[in-house]
Amino acid sequence: MSVMEQDSAGAPARASLMNDPKVRSIFYQLVLVVAVVALGYFIVSNTITNLERQNIASGWGFLENTAGFGTNQSLVEYSETSSYGRALYVGFLNTLLVAAVGIFFATLLGFIIGIARLSNNWVINRLAYCYVELVRNIPLLLQIFFWYFAVLRAIPGKREKWSIFDTFHLNIGGMRLPKPIWEPGSEWVGYALIIGIIASYFVSRWARKRQENTGQQFPVFWSAMGLIVGIPIITYFVTGMPMTLEHPNFVESGPILRQGFELNVGINVIPEFLALTAALSIYTASFIAEIVRAGIQAVSHGQTEAAHALGLRNGPTLRLVIIPQAMRVIIPPLTSQYLNLTKNSSLAVAIAYPDLVSMGGTVLNQTGQAIEIIGIWMAVYLSLSLITSAFMNWYNQRMALVER
Amino acid sequence: MSKKILPLVLGAAMGVAATTAAGATTLEDVKAKGFIQCGVSQGLPGFSNPDAQGNWTGLDVDLCRAMAAAVFGDASAVKFTPLSAKERFTALQSGEVDVLSRNTTWTMSRDTQLGLNFAGVNYYDGQGFMVRKDLGVTSALELSGASVCTNTGTTTELNVADYFRSNNMPYEIVAFEKADEVVAAYDAGRCDVYTTDASGLYAQRLKLTNPGDHMVLSEIISKEPLGPVVRQGDDEWFNIAKWTLNAMLNAEELGVTSANVDEMKASDNPSVKRLLGAEGAFGEAIGLSNDWAYNIVKNVGNYEESFNANVGPDTPLGISRGVNALWNKGGFMYAPPVR
Repeated sequence: MSVMEQDSAGAPARASLMNDPKVRSIFYQLVLVVAVVALGYFIVSNTITNLERQNIASGWGFLENTAGFGTNQSLVEYSETSSYGRALYVGFLNTLLVAAVGIFFATLLGFIIGIARLSNNWVINRLAYCYVELVRNIPLLLQIFFWYFAVLRAIPGKREKWSIFDTFHLNIGGMRLPKPIWEPGSEWVGYALIIGIIASYFVSRWARKRQENTGQQFPVFWSAMGLIVGIPIITYFVTGMPMTLEHPNFVESGPILRQGFELNVGINVIPEFLALTAALSIYTASFIAEIVRAGIQAVSHGQTEAAHALGLRNGPTLRLVIIPQAMRVIIPPLTSQYLNLTKNSSLAVAIAYPDLVSMGGTVLNQTGQAIEIIGIWMAVYLSLSLITSAFMNWYNQRMALVER
Repeated sequence: MSKKILPLVLGAAMGVAATTAAGATTLEDVKAKGFIQCGVSQGLPGFSNPDAQGNWTGLDVDLCRAMAAAVFGDASAVKFTPLSAKERFTALQSGEVDVLSRNTTWTMSRDTQLGLNFAGVNYYDGQGFMVRKDLGVTSALELSGASVCTNTGTTTELNVADYFRSNNMPYEIVAFEKADEVVAAYDAGRCDVYTTDASGLYAQRLKLTNPGDHMVLSEIISKEPLGPVVRQGDDEWFNIAKWTLNAMLNAEELGVTSANVDEMKASDNPSVKRLLGAEGAFGEAIGLSNDWAYNIVKNVGNYEESFNANVGPDTPLGISRGVNALWNKGGFMYAPPVR
């Protein structure tokens, strides 16, 4: 500030205001702000004018009207008499489901393939290499079509089935599983699960303190597993097994269309969901594999040698030394793969999986409310992406190098 | 420099605002660009489908060609935009196409809430069901428990929901974005039933691996009057669409065909004279030349010619005239007179 004052005092014959860098910069910024606001105003007012001129009704009232169309998968109660808003909500939940399941399997498969890429075993190494190069270079939509149309033809038709242990069944109508029916008293199993999780948290804290004080290790993983799995199982038997399984019902006689699996008995995982999840997971896993490989290779080999010199075996070296450092490199690109998977799930529309885009598209066509529906789509995908990246940033900060 | 930016931005914004607000009429736009942009299906044999040479053919396509003939005297002054069921209304509303001739059902909500106008009916259709013959099903009422494949965003999806609900039959709906994917999924056995407009079922059946293994059930569960659509608020263009269709129907009724139209121009029948522009100034009244209907019939033909060439008994679709015959031959087709 003082420098400026000196300047203006020491330069009586100063140039015009136009050449003052500070004034100019403020002026340009002002112009930019005005231009952006004017553009925004123009877009909004132009849209409103045109909608009115074309007699297109706008607003959100349509969300409460009766939808009148059905769907083949909904996680919440939905029927043809539900509202358009409800239909969009069903689509939103279906998107969340396929994204969550897809992310889980993509991560699992991606880590396995990524580590296999670094294997000293030549066959495993090459197989992983071929997987990555083949899968990531074929467009996702083609892979979805492959899983849906090509694989679909290979599995048995509606009046036949493949069964495993007579419990899991597969045919062209989907995968049928037994459905758990919870009876009164089963809430205690839920409470037991919560108690198990809390208890294992305290055990792990206690074990860490003890190791810091005495250097003695405690089998935290196995004891936590025992608490989380064991307590609910014991509770389940103590409360007298308050759960039954509703098995899918395979009808073999009667009218031909009633043969095959009875509708709405047991759980039916629709083939559209299976194909979409398989395609998304397998495709994204090929990218995650490369990220994992890069992350592990980014940790200098000296770290491994140092860990070995300290007497750590291969397992603990990987778990305690290499992976924590590799995670710092892995997490940021992994986040963008998760975002990609979520957004790619909108390709569901090609194979009749009722996700947000598919359900929204139907609503759009029935109501003609294009601007509102597209607004909802954009808002939902944007918030999903922001929430995912917020979570991954938080996780990244936790994993970041702590400088002491 | 800085002084120039602001007026430039504001000027540009206002310039755009001015053009969009004033908005030339569709006819002026069409004449200026020299062709009609016509929204059609992504491939429905008989209605709008590209042939082996990539030329669009079909009943709906002929209507667009007839409009081009009426406006320009040239049936080829038309470009086609294939649209999915979902995209079609937005494409018309936003001005991407000038007319939508895409086997679109005329319903009250579409006519009143979307800012659109239906210019008549060029095919009276109804929704039907197609099943495999080996299922042994003879009536739609036996379809309880079936999986049903259809297109998303169509009246079909709503009708099927109504039908199964009102007959208390459980069902599973599998709704695809594109007709080709519906056909592929039905062919693969994902669904027991394929439902869409009956004309569409006959057309799509040709795409199945073994068309002979499938049958269309006799029940028709809905009214599906299909017709061309234009934007609301442009009466001049609306009139052209409406009267192009009426001219084709009137030509059939009066016996005017593409083969005899030149002789018919010298006819003594005043109705024919008015239609072909030998008497009165009916073309000018809708902003066109007086030989507008002559051009339609000469270049495209009357409704019967178009029907027989695209969907009639001698085509692979083999659809008889039925309710689509003229009013005086037992059908619903009735065009107001030119006078």
